[in-house]
Amino acid sequence: MVFLVIAAAATTLTVAFALSGVTNKPYQQTRLATAGPDVVAIEGGSPGPAQPMSSAQVAAAATSLTKAPGVVAHSGPYPTAYSAIRFRGHTVDVVAEGRDQAPAPVDQPKVTQGGWIRPGTVVIERGFADALGVHVGDNVRIGGRSFRVAGIAVTAAIPPYPSSLCHIACPFPAAVQGIGVPNMGLVWLTRSAVAGLAGSGGPLAYLLNLKLANPAQAPAFAAQHPNSITWESIQSAINALIGIEQAALGVGGWLLGLLALAGLGVLAGRRMTEQSKRVGLLKAVGATPATVAVVLLVEQLTLAAGAAAAGLVAGWLIAPALTGTGAGLVGAPGAPSISVSAVIIIAAIALAVAAISSLVPAIRAARTSTVSALADAPRVPSRRPLVNAVSAHLPVPLLLALRQLSRRPRRALLNTASITTTVTGIVAILASHAHTPIADLTISNLKLDRFNELTAIITVMLIILAAVNTTFIAWATAADGRFSSALERALGATTGQVTAGLSMTALLPALPGAIIGIPLGIAVYHLLSSGTTLAVPPVWQLVGTFLATLLAVTVLTAIPSRLGARRSPAQVLQTE
Amino acid sequence: MTSTRSLLRASGLGKTFGSGAALVRAVDGVDLDVAPGETVAIMGPSGCGKSTLLHLLGGLERPSGGTIELAGQPVGDRSERALAHLRRTAIGFVFQGFYLMDELTAIENVELPGLLAGRSPKAARTRARDLLRQVGLADRSGFLPSALSGGQRQRVAIARALINQPMIVLADEPTGNLDSTATVEVLRLFEALHESGQTLVIVTHEQRVAATADRLISMRDGAFVDETRMTGGSRGNLAKLIGLGGA
Repeated sequence: MVFLVIAAAATTLTVAFALSGVTNKPYQQTRLATAGPDVVAIEGGSPGPAQPMSSAQVAAAATSLTKAPGVVAHSGPYPTAYSAIRFRGHTVDVVAEGRDQAPAPVDQPKVTQGGWIRPGTVVIERGFADALGVHVGDNVRIGGRSFRVAGIAVTAAIPPYPSSLCHIACPFPAAVQGIGVPNMGLVWLTRSAVAGLAGSGGPLAYLLNLKLANPAQAPAFAAQHPNSITWESIQSAINALIGIEQAALGVGGWLLGLLALAGLGVLAGRRMTEQSKRVGLLKAVGATPATVAVVLLVEQLTLAAGAAAAGLVAGWLIAPALTGTGAGLVGAPGAPSISVSAVIIIAAIALAVAAISSLVPAIRAARTSTVSALADAPRVPSRRPLVNAVSAHLPVPLLLALRQLSRRPRRALLNTASITTTVTGIVAILASHAHTPIADLTISNLKLDRFNELTAIITVMLIILAAVNTTFIAWATAADGRFSSALERALGATTGQVTAGLSMTALLPALPGAIIGIPLGIAVYHLLSSGTTLAVPPVWQLVGTFLATLLAVTVLTAIPSRLGARRSPAQVLQTE
Repeated sequence: MTSTRSLLRASGLGKTFGSGAALVRAVDGVDLDVAPGETVAIMGPSGCGKSTLLHLLGGLERPSGGTIELAGQPVGDRSERALAHLRRTAIGFVFQGFYLMDELTAIENVELPGLLAGRSPKAARTRARDLLRQVGLADRSGFLPSALSGGQRQRVAIARALINQPMIVLADEPTGNLDSTATVEVLRLFEALHESGQTLVIVTHEQRVAATADRLISMRDGAFVDETRMTGGSRGNLAKLIGLGGA
C-alpha cells in the first residue's frame, strides 16, 4: 500500500509537469503551414464603445507599421466585425474577419476541408467548426444573412476556439468589468460581407499581420507599438487551454500527496509495531538507537523511491492522453517531456512524504527497550482520564469507540486529515463547476469539457485513495483492538456493540474532517481561481458530499469492524 | 453448605477443534453439577482441557456437543447477544493473565462491566469503590495496573468479576502467574467469597487452591476421571497447613 499511495501521487504530479508547454510544437507547425505572423497589430480595438475609423486613418496606421524597422512582410489590414452565428438552434458570438480571395503572403489560413472564401460563403476556424458541429456545405446565418460553408481552416494569427479573442477588441460590457470573457468563434468572410455586418459605422477593428526579420524581436516590437500582440502571446493563449488542466493536476497531485502522508502515517506505525522483535535483535547485537532508526527509515525511503519511479513512468505514459490540443492546430504534441528538475522535485516529494510519515514511528521503535522489543510487548496505550470519564456517560458503542480512539489519538488525527483532504478536493471541484464561465454551454466547449474530464479523474483518484486509507485504518484499528475487543466481549459487551464501536472509531474522526473540508474546499478554489466573488456550490451538493462521505466511511469500515469482533473471545485472549 | 438444586449443569459437554486426522477433543463428554454456594475446583495437567471447559461454561466458546444450563436456562445454544447478556449479569470471569486494561486505573477497570451492563456511571463507581475496599485495595483505586503487584492486579480482576453480582464466578488458573505471597492473598479472597455464599468454579493445577474447595474434580484428556468431596472445605487442617486461617 505504501507503494500504491506514493505512486498515485507521483503519477498525478508527473502528468501536471508533463503538460507544461505541450502545445508549443503544434503551434510552430501551424505557423509554418500558414506563414504565421510574428506580430498582429490591431487598430480600433480598444475596449468600450466602438470607434469607427476612416479609410485614411486605417491606411496611415498601416503604413507606419509596415514601414517600421525590422518588418520584412505584411498582409492586411483586414477588417473585423463582431456578430453572432446561428446554426441548428445554436447562437454563438463570432469575430468575422474580412479577407481577399487571393492568398496572402503572411497569415494565409490553411484550408483543411473544402476551399477558401468566395462571395456568399464563409470559412470557419477548425476548432470552432468542431465545437459547433458544422461541415463544408452547411448553411449558417451570420448577422441575419445566410452563408454557405465553403471550407474549414486553421490559423496561427489568432488562438483557436475556445479562446476569448478579446485581445483583439472586446466591446462586451462584461469583459470591460472584468467579470468574464466570452468564448467567441472565428470565421472568414469577404471584405464586403464584413462591411455589411458592421453596418454603416464600418468594421470595429482592423488586423495587420507583420513578419519580422528576426521573430525573436517580436516582444520588443510590440513594446514600441501598442495594440499589437506577438506570436509568443498567441502561443501562451493556446497553452492556457492546457494551463487550466495543469493547475487542476497540480492541486490534485498535492492533495493526493497529503492523502498519501495520512495513509502512510498509519502504515508506518503498524509496520514498526510488527518489526518490534527485529528492532530488539538489532539492539541486542549492538546497534545504537540512531542506527535502528536509520535502518527502519531506509526501508521506507527505498520503497518510496521505487514508487516515485513507478509514478514517473506511469505519468509519462498517461500524459499523452491529456495533451490533445483540439482541432485548432495542425500537428500532434508529440511525446510529453519531463525535465530533470521535475523528476527531482517529484522524487524529493515522494521521499519527504515517506520520511515524514515514518520518522515518529521509527524513533519510537528505536527508543523501545531491548528487552521489551525482544519480548514483542505491546505498547502501553496513552491514558486519557477525561475521555474515560466522559465516555462512561455515553452509550456502550460510543464508550468503546472513544476509549479505542484515545489509545491511538495520532491515528484518529490521520484519519481526520485524510477525510479533510478528500472533501476539500471534491468541494473545490464542485466550486469550480459552480463558477460557470460566460459561454454558450449548449455547444461543445473544449476547455470546459477537458476540465470536467480532468476533474472527474482527479475526484475518482481522491475518492479511491481515501477509501483505501479508510479501509486500512479500520483494519489496523480492528487488529490493534483485538485484545480489548475480546475482553470487552468477555465482560459482557455484545458483538454488535463492539462492531459498532469499531466502526465509530473511524466515523468519529471522519465527522470533523467532512465538516472542515467544505469551507476549506471553497477557500482553496477561491485562492486558485483568483476570483473576486466566492464560488459556492449549491447547498444540496455540499450536504450530499458530507452525507456521502459519512456513508462511505461507515460502509468501508463495516466489514473489518465486523470481522474484528467475530472471533471467539477465548481464542483471542489466549492468543494475546 | 450446599443445596441439592443445580445452579450450573453441564451434560455430555464436548468441544472439538480441527477435523479429520487433526481432530482434537479438548472436552469430551463432561457432566458437571454445581450447586448454589458451592466451590468446585477442577484440576489436571496442562492441556487436559480445563480452560476450554471453563470457556464453554462461561459462554466464551460454543460447545460442539452437549448442553449447559445456568439456573435452569439453557446456555449453549443461545445467541451471541444472549450470551453477552449472561456474561454481564450472571457470570463473572477471573483470568490467569488478569486481563486488565493497561490505560485504565484499578477503579476504572472494576467499573467497566458495570457500565457495559448499563449501570449509571455513579452507581458503577460506587459499587467499584466498595468492591475494591472489600478486596483490600481501597488506597490503590487510582493506580494503573503497571503500578500494582501481581497479587493486587488479580484482586482488582476479582473485584471486576463481582461488579454485577454474578450468580457464578469462573476462575481460570487465578494464581498461575502469582508468587507464593500473592497466591495466599488471592486464596484468602476466594475463601471469603466462598463463605459469603458465592458459587465458584476454579480451574487450577495447584493443590493449595484445590484445598479451598468443596469438591475437587480431576480432569485428563478432556474428561473427568475422579471426583472428591473435600471435608469441611477450607475449614479443615489442610487449610491451616498451607497458610490459610482455618476453623
